Amino acid sequence: MLAVILSRLARMVVVMVGISVITFLIFFATPGADPAARIAGRNAAPETVTAVRHDFGLDRPIWVQYGVMMRKMFVTGDLTSFVNRGQKIVPTLTAAAPVTLSLVAGAAVLWMALGAATGIIAAAFKDRLPDKILMGVSMMAVAMPVFWVGEMVNLVTQSRLHDTWAFSWVPPLGYVPLSESPARWFLALIFPWITLSFLYIGLYGRMLRTGIIETYQEDYIRTARAKGLTARRVLLKHATRAAIIPVVIMFGMDFGVLVGGAAVLTEVVFGLNGVGRLTYQALKVLDLPMIMAAVLYASFFVVLANAVVDLLCILIDPRLRRK
Amino acid sequence: MTTDQPETGSMPPADAAGGALPPPAGPWRRALQGLASSRTAVLSGLGLVLIVLATVLAPVYAKHVAQTDPFRSGLSAKIMIDGKRSPVMERSTEGLGLGVTPIGPTWGPKYFLGADTQGRDVAARLLYGGQNSLVIAGAATLLCLVCAAVIGIVAGYAGGRVDTVLSNLIDMIWAFPVYLLAISLSIVMLGKTFEIGPIHISSSSLVVPIIIIGLVYVPYVARPVRGRVIAITNSDFVLAARGLGIRPSRILWRHILPNVATTLIVFAPMLMALNIVTESSLSFLSVGVQAPNASWGTILQDGQALLYSRPVVSMAPGIAIMVTVMLLNLFGDVLRDILDPKSVRGR
Repeated sequence: MLAVILSRLARMVVVMVGISVITFLIFFATPGADPAARIAGRNAAPETVTAVRHDFGLDRPIWVQYGVMMRKMFVTGDLTSFVNRGQKIVPTLTAAAPVTLSLVAGAAVLWMALGAATGIIAAAFKDRLPDKILMGVSMMAVAMPVFWVGEMVNLVTQSRLHDTWAFSWVPPLGYVPLSESPARWFLALIFPWITLSFLYIGLYGRMLRTGIIETYQEDYIRTARAKGLTARRVLLKHATRAAIIPVVIMFGMDFGVLVGGAAVLTEVVFGLNGVGRLTYQALKVLDLPMIMAAVLYASFFVVLANAVVDLLCILIDPRLRRK
Repeated sequence: MTTDQPETGSMPPADAAGGALPPPAGPWRRALQGLASSRTAVLSGLGLVLIVLATVLAPVYAKHVAQTDPFRSGLSAKIMIDGKRSPVMERSTEGLGLGVTPIGPTWGPKYFLGADTQGRDVAARLLYGGQNSLVIAGAATLLCLVCAAVIGIVAGYAGGRVDTVLSNLIDMIWAFPVYLLAISLSIVMLGKTFEIGPIHISSSSLVVPIIIIGLVYVPYVARPVRGRVIAITNSDFVLAARGLGIRPSRILWRHILPNVATTLIVFAPMLMALNIVTESSLSFLSVGVQAPNASWGTILQDGQALLYSRPVVSMAPGIAIMVTVMLLNLFGDVLRDILDPKSVRGR
């Protein structure tokens, strides 16, 4: 068991180093993506570009540059932006992290609870009205771009119905730190949570419903029924328990990706300065140090989520332990 | 699944047994019959055809109904409403009266859905944009399926070291959040022109988003394809074919490819739906389709500035995306039920 965990962790490090190298190469090996020319400005003289290249150490061999950047990021922690001179990368990223974490964690609670409820209720009422309504709504949830849902939510809560009793309590767009005021933190995040989780409620609900219905064909469900267990107990204790495993696996992946910055669209629409938005802005101005830090941060969570999911599978399914 | 029936003729046809039985319907014909007998599939298919037709007729609509060029700004244009001539860009009546607000929906032939910040007809742009959104999503789907098939088949069939390298590469690409990967690819590719031999691709070409959107989902499809290839390669009928001394290239062509094809076809509508949403998201972040081209995503981006004053500009493309994606998913669900042997309702 320990060996499996250790080899898994080793592989995690290898994948992360690989990802950082690939990111680095994409930006240096692509013709025309010269960071020096970007830094120097649009109509810079060739001498200026050369000077900039030397100043930033961009005339040194690529592997030296990579090494220097990694040392500055992890050892000395004084990596600075190429674009906003003097902006320290590591503190900027750690300031953005709680915003994204608050957004994604809250949404995750919501979508796991409502997604599970949707799937179980729909399966229990298979092919009857509640099932049809829930699956119809889920289908819609999956079909809408998340940023569009956010815009429509803003349209209603910030503009059209903002001055009525229903939505007058909605604070203006933006983030309030949890340490500053838990109540305002909660109010500011309610609609971002709902928006982000909507898609996943639909996705997970559909997945769980299919899983439960498939599990109903298994022999042990027939056994449970033959024992005289109530339909509710068979559904909740036997079928759902087996069908929820793939949902949990999927949850691990989605959570990792979102914490790593994939919630960028929700962050942009609701004016939250999280990791996704930070990465997006860094990409737009080709700020290589910020991009490297953000990509490593993101891949850390994705790879971590992958590893946790794998370990979880090993814990759940003993057959995987022998490999 | 090793219990799969081989979908195509690895078995001798029925008439080889000497009987007068008609040959059984082939798997493709059976799939078509399944689609035709499903009301959901027929209706959603019909809906999709209508959407495609509407977008194809965009030039006709722009020329004969809206009578505008939806790609030229019309800030000083005037329009007749109820016998009065009013400007398309109305003076703001709020605050200091500075700035202008584009005309809202007239629900008439001209400016049916109103105008955008440039005074262009939103309804006409919606149709033109739909054209591009569908072309991009469709081409990206094809590109993705081809790449995923090649990678999955090579990794699954070759096995060994080739498989290890390819699988790790797939895992590595998959570890990037899809949107961030797409954004970074776009930013590297946009603003430059590419000269690949005689092919010239300008940065505003639709080819750029097609390549980006096509590539980011390759791991998503390549993984299951690889799994399927491995399952088929280890199945009894391939073993039998090997035992008969059939060349590996022929096994690949006759036995593995047709079986993988069903997996790919099942992915196609889902992937197309995913691509439409991805295109709109990238364009919304201004790293997708570039001006002067329009797409549902770019109209959404234009509408962002008008969200509180003229929400229709944002609502219309969003609804178009939602309806198209829902139809694709409905169609895809039926297709999967028919073609996927693992599916409950399949057989």
